[in-house]
Amino acid sequence: MLEDKFKTENIDETVRWQDLTPGLQIYESGSSRLFNTGEWRVNTPVVDFEKCKQCLLCVPYCPDSSIPVKDGKRLDFDYDHCKGCGICVGVCPFHAITMKEGK
Amino acid sequence: MAIKERMSGNEAVAYAIKQINPDVMPAFPITPSTELPQFVSNYIANGEIDTEFIPVESEHSSMSAAIGASAAGARTLTATSSCGLAYMWEVLYVAASDRLPIALALVNRGLTGPLNINCEHSDSMGARDSGWIQIYAENNQEAYDNFVMAYRIAEHKDVMLPIMACMDGFITSHAVENITLLEDDLVKNFVGEYHPEHYLLNKDEVMALGPYAVSNYCMEAKRAQAQAMMNAKQVILDVAKEFEEMSGRKYGLFEEYRLEDADYAVVAIGSACGTAKDAIDRLREKGVKAGLLKVRVFRPFPGKEMAEALANCKAIAIMDRCESYSANGGPLSAELGAALFKNKNQAEVLNIVYGLSGRDMTVEDFEKIYEDLADVAVNGVKEDSYRYVGVRE
Repeated sequence: MLEDKFKTENIDETVRWQDLTPGLQIYESGSSRLFNTGEWRVNTPVVDFEKCKQCLLCVPYCPDSSIPVKDGKRLDFDYDHCKGCGICVGVCPFHAITMKEGK
Repeated sequence: MAIKERMSGNEAVAYAIKQINPDVMPAFPITPSTELPQFVSNYIANGEIDTEFIPVESEHSSMSAAIGASAAGARTLTATSSCGLAYMWEVLYVAASDRLPIALALVNRGLTGPLNINCEHSDSMGARDSGWIQIYAENNQEAYDNFVMAYRIAEHKDVMLPIMACMDGFITSHAVENITLLEDDLVKNFVGEYHPEHYLLNKDEVMALGPYAVSNYCMEAKRAQAQAMMNAKQVILDVAKEFEEMSGRKYGLFEEYRLEDADYAVVAIGSACGTAKDAIDRLREKGVKAGLLKVRVFRPFPGKEMAEALANCKAIAIMDRCESYSANGGPLSAELGAALFKNKNQAEVLNIVYGLSGRDMTVEDFEKIYEDLADVAVNGVKEDSYRYVGVRE
């Protein structure tokens, strides 16, 4: 049973070295959700839902699972994790995604 | 009943590997350690052990495969020498920082160049700051014993670090000497089964290893790793004590040979220590108070303990079987010199480089060193304390 102090939700930048796991090993899945890696982004993809046909081609191309899908339809980007690589812009057959300069 | 045999150092370590029967051995051949994967392959082919042998295309791959196997939860080892270890460099640090208790049988050979295949400690000394525990053997018996103890140290929950068990290339690895082996069941019980607390193939727990950590977490990880190395000191002593109860052979962090009342001490690592003991016996007959401190454990470095053992010496020769090109002496010299200073030892110190690339170190060479120590004890170190022994000049 994983000790509470080793759960990623309880780890932040105030934790002492004695209370981290050896080698910073992680004993849970999906812990990257807790980290706002979207702040690395330089440019930002924007989806125009008027043009989007919900073909969902952008979803498997996204290297970071930042395009959530609900009930068979894509939602807006998960900007907490989208790093702005722009692949979705390139693969969209309907030119529904454009890159906006900046975050 | 102990088993009396005659074996080379490589045969002895391979025999220990056979008795331990580890799970995975990725390895790439390099002189003088080539016999180790060769012997283990024979054991596997003969059905004597069921270790998974992975023939890899390089040493970078052998250490990488060892990391993968160990992370998966397998008891893992590899073997190498010289440039093979150098080619592992990058991943040596990964094995240590991921806290994987891999064993590496290192047969010490100089790094190129000039290109040569003989004994020197430049390979392991270069890796001294990679986070691996390092234990050195004087002869085939110690190489065998150290390997039997290796996993108990590395896999201890307070340690969880990889371990390098080192022996001198050719001098120890290929020379055949008498040896006392332990029975298979004794070794098996002593080493025990490996049950890691966390491992990748555990179906009941997900796990991620070696995550990205920058300035906000990396320093804490390194501090914890440093603590594990500090903890290793006591674990090495505890394991040695248990080993002594089983085998009757006593080990510590270092060995003191006629050191207790010695005025003049030599500090060295590996096979040359046997030669030094011979010189000491001769000198003692003439009334010279000569002694030896043989370093067994270099990582963790027992600086304070060694400085205390040398407290009453008037002059000390710290011997390095490798150059560090610091223009100031070799690595043992530098680290022990600092420890002597911290402990406020008053002895005169010589920093001697010897035995490079397999150059013989003779009893007469040691006698001359003790003569020099007697001289500097009275007259002080007049020339540079950093000097070579056994070089043509």
